[in-house]
Amino acid sequence: MMRTRFQQGLDDLRSRLLRMGGLAEQAVDRACQAYIDRDLSRCQLVLEDESQINAAERDIDELAFDLLALQQPAAVDLRFILAVTKINSDLERVGDQAVNIAERVMDMVELPKADLPIDIARMAAAVSAMVRRSLESFIEGKAELAQAVLEMDNVVDRMRDEAFITLVKTMNDRPEVTRQALDALLIARNLERVADHATNIAEDVIFWVRGADVRHNVPQEIPAAQPAGDTR
Amino acid sequence: MGVGIKVEKLNAWFGKTQALHEITMEAPANHATAVIGPSGCGKSTFVRCLNRMHETIPDAKAEGRVMIGDLDVYNGTSPVQIRRRIGMVFQKPNPFPTMSIYDNVAAGLKLNGFHDRRKLNEIVEHSLKVAALWDEVKDTLHKKSGASLSGGQQQRLCIARALAVQPEVLLMDEPCSALDPISTGKIEELIFQLKEDFTIVIVTHNMQQASRVAEFTGFFLLGRLIEFDKTEKIFTTPSDKRTEDYVTGRFG
Repeated sequence: MMRTRFQQGLDDLRSRLLRMGGLAEQAVDRACQAYIDRDLSRCQLVLEDESQINAAERDIDELAFDLLALQQPAAVDLRFILAVTKINSDLERVGDQAVNIAERVMDMVELPKADLPIDIARMAAAVSAMVRRSLESFIEGKAELAQAVLEMDNVVDRMRDEAFITLVKTMNDRPEVTRQALDALLIARNLERVADHATNIAEDVIFWVRGADVRHNVPQEIPAAQPAGDTR
Repeated sequence: MGVGIKVEKLNAWFGKTQALHEITMEAPANHATAVIGPSGCGKSTFVRCLNRMHETIPDAKAEGRVMIGDLDVYNGTSPVQIRRRIGMVFQKPNPFPTMSIYDNVAAGLKLNGFHDRRKLNEIVEHSLKVAALWDEVKDTLHKKSGASLSGGQQQRLCIARALAVQPEVLLMDEPCSALDPISTGKIEELIFQLKEDFTIVIVTHNMQQASRVAEFTGFFLLGRLIEFDKTEKIFTTPSDKRTEDYVTGRFG
């Protein structure tokens, strides 16, 4: 007996989350490109992306809530829906971080251009890769892909730490660019937060596929990979 | 107090058809253990082997080891002795239709030669209270027959009847399948309370019911025990793909 309507609901939930993931990924990319090009029009697009992301978040939560209430899912289906609700929340926050970056860019554009010792483009590429791979691990239902995302988080953390040290030094050495350096520092901090959300998404994928809770680096025996059923 | 149930290599047949294959599992004392699985998987046969009711069917037989506490069910114990220690509640409430509510509850004790009226009154009242039926029937104990009660009340009457003989184990074979949600809720609440004094094994088709009332769950398929674990494990991260397919409704 296949629960066709339930399966359709799960498929619908997955497609909506993927659309939202695409929007969140696009918002981060646009915000970073806006920084690189000092482009106010891109900043505006990021703000527009955010309202779509917020609407998507509500839709996904509503559908997940209906499926939980009406279908009483269990096992892999229950884990899938719980993972989706958490990923949903993380993607919405990714959208918020993109908005924060866009706002900092809008501030920077008002100021004279300053040459700063920080490679935001490189950091943005690493963070985008994490978001993309975490979403790929969700699409594929593969815990191995998600695991790789967790390992990338340390790289971004190091980039943020380096940015902090060099930008604080810049503020001391060249007080005239303090505001620009502070904006760049905040952008590095925003990007690092996006990486944290990508990590959360990857952890949720591992929870869905393997039923293992790997959050907060708590050692746990991860069960062998199992087919994730039709919710994949 | 309830006692633990240990089953080792239990096999059962209907004529030449084997219905249970090498079942080994334990139902811990003072806990509820649910037995789930699709129709025909052997779950009812399994519980009927625990109190030797299976063998009452012509050509049916069972082999293996079943321990109810220190009682060896298939080795030197009479079925009557066993059924005194194991109460059973069935899918359809089956009160004795011509007996009053009081006599329904007292029937088992009277059959065992128990006739102390004062003590009987105490036990009937206590059993009906434990079965959460006392307040609804205390004024009509002798006036109304068991059959005059609603379905949910009849099932609680059957539970009171089973409890009156003071068993250690209570077997329930789909006790709520004929009941509405309110009556089902009352029986489930009752199961939760009864665990303090009894060991409960419940067969159910309703997986939400298993997840609500039982600490342990065994999944049966084609006469075999596929997986036995804590209920939350079975319903969140089962180890066997077949269990997962069943609890997620992909078959069964």
